[in-house]
Amino acid sequence: MAEDNAQGRIPTVIADDVHIVYRVNGTGGGRGSATAALSRMMRRGKGEPRGVRKVHAVRGVSFTAYRGEAIGLIGTNGSGKSTLLRAIAGLLPTESGHVYTDGQPSLLGVNAALMSDLTGERNVVLGGLAMGMSQDEIRQRYQEIVEFSGINEKGDFITLPMRTYSSGMAARLRFSIAAAKNHDVLMIDEALATGDRKFRVRSEERIRELRKEAGTVFLVSHNNKSIRDTCDRALWLEKGELLMDGPTEEVLKAYERETGK
Amino acid sequence: MSDTTHDGGVALGTPPSADEGLDAAQLAAKYGLTVSGARPGLIAYMRQLWGRRHFILAFSRAKLTAQYSQAKLGQLWQVVTPLLNAAVYYLIFGLILGTREGISHDVFVPFLVTGVFVFTFTQSSVMAGVRSISGNLGLVRALHFPRASLPISFSLQQLQQLLFSMIVLVAVAIIFGSYPSLSWLLVIPALILQFFFNTGLALVMARLGSKTPDLAQLMPFVMRTWMYASGVMFSIPVMLKDKPAWIADVLQYNPAAIYMDLVRFALIDGYGSENLPDHVWAVGVGWAVLLGVVGFVYFWKAEERYGRG
Repeated sequence: MAEDNAQGRIPTVIADDVHIVYRVNGTGGGRGSATAALSRMMRRGKGEPRGVRKVHAVRGVSFTAYRGEAIGLIGTNGSGKSTLLRAIAGLLPTESGHVYTDGQPSLLGVNAALMSDLTGERNVVLGGLAMGMSQDEIRQRYQEIVEFSGINEKGDFITLPMRTYSSGMAARLRFSIAAAKNHDVLMIDEALATGDRKFRVRSEERIRELRKEAGTVFLVSHNNKSIRDTCDRALWLEKGELLMDGPTEEVLKAYERETGK
Repeated sequence: MSDTTHDGGVALGTPPSADEGLDAAQLAAKYGLTVSGARPGLIAYMRQLWGRRHFILAFSRAKLTAQYSQAKLGQLWQVVTPLLNAAVYYLIFGLILGTREGISHDVFVPFLVTGVFVFTFTQSSVMAGVRSISGNLGLVRALHFPRASLPISFSLQQLQQLLFSMIVLVAVAIIFGSYPSLSWLLVIPALILQFFFNTGLALVMARLGSKTPDLAQLMPFVMRTWMYASGVMFSIPVMLKDKPAWIADVLQYNPAAIYMDLVRFALIDGYGSENLPDHVWAVGVGWAVLLGVVGFVYFWKAEERYGRG
């Protein structure tokens, strides 16, 4: 990979000194009591409101991703991995810095669009539409999605509301819907660890397929094995800062030494 | 790559070294990369929204169905809820308080029921609008779609809810002696205008609510004040005849009262044009266009900022 570094490689994602800050309401000023809230309101108007706490989740991350790369993001919990992915997808605005992308990167996941009170059937359609698929596309792939999820292996569950599914079944259906669409820049946030063993094997296969079709893949996972299996480059984030960027093996070794695994 | 002639917009990030920052921007420009999550132009935004029309519709219908999916009577509640609502208002205002001054009984019942349903349409659109972004942050932070889809979808849900209420309303009108006629067709343009007004208002509230979620606590009081001021259960000109005329005028020309009057005029035989303010259709169109356009542009202006914590 290193030889063709300088020339001939087409960048798909450029992160340029990206900072992301979350603002959380109703935490500062001591406790959450009514008087504290009131005094916060009184103090308002001088610059940043006092009741709002800022969480600086990503601090000055810069990197360039190229077409055909699969990049793993590693780091301990709360190190800013998922936040960075959301910023690349353009879902979280950056505080400063820029993210340049080729086309529209998409996160693999539709959980938020699905409604547990609706049947699996309707959720497949709703999830597909939410991801931006056309009605025709959904109609064509519907059978494929249901079969892949294996929901109907134990009876006609797809016509039942999703709240009646076991957590594993629901996770499988969610993954199947999410993985039905092809993406230019694909980002996967620990989606591999869902369902039983049989389904996991099938989903890893599907991810490899998606990787082939997608220009660039980002993978967030705490499972170092799945990063080793799928990624050729890794970014190590810690406390929102980019500690290391390089070939997977090198970065993982350093990471494992640090975390004592 | 050492030239420094580049537009100022890209240098905003204050990168660690100026050279590196220019590099990223130039590299991006060279390969045609665009800033992720930037706000599209107004026309492009409308086109994106149109592209998502199936999602908007499916989302609103899903919300509507999910609402009563755990109830034993299921979707029957779509009709029973407005019916009970109308019954409660009739009990309190029609029988106990007797606010039907100046209106005959046969007119008052459909008058009241129309008022309740039409106002509820605006009220629930506003309430859903306030929460449409702040209550769906998960969705906003996970998927890409023009954010206006959410408030529009919620108003559409309320429109469908209203159509169920219209079944009750038609029954009430017929029971109290107003029979279907050509004038009933006027309900359609009236409700379309109201839908545009509601959607515009929902878009405004969605942006305000995304910044200040506390509005969701405040809005029920605002909406209740608005309801009592709009003559849902009384006739504005009759009740305010002793007060200065401008008060009645202000109340009558407020959008909620306008749309209620339009639907009443269309449906109820005994509610003639003498009860309506002048130029009522023009005012109805005006409110719809004003809120529709202002609301849409106002919402679009903050498009790239929805979803920040």
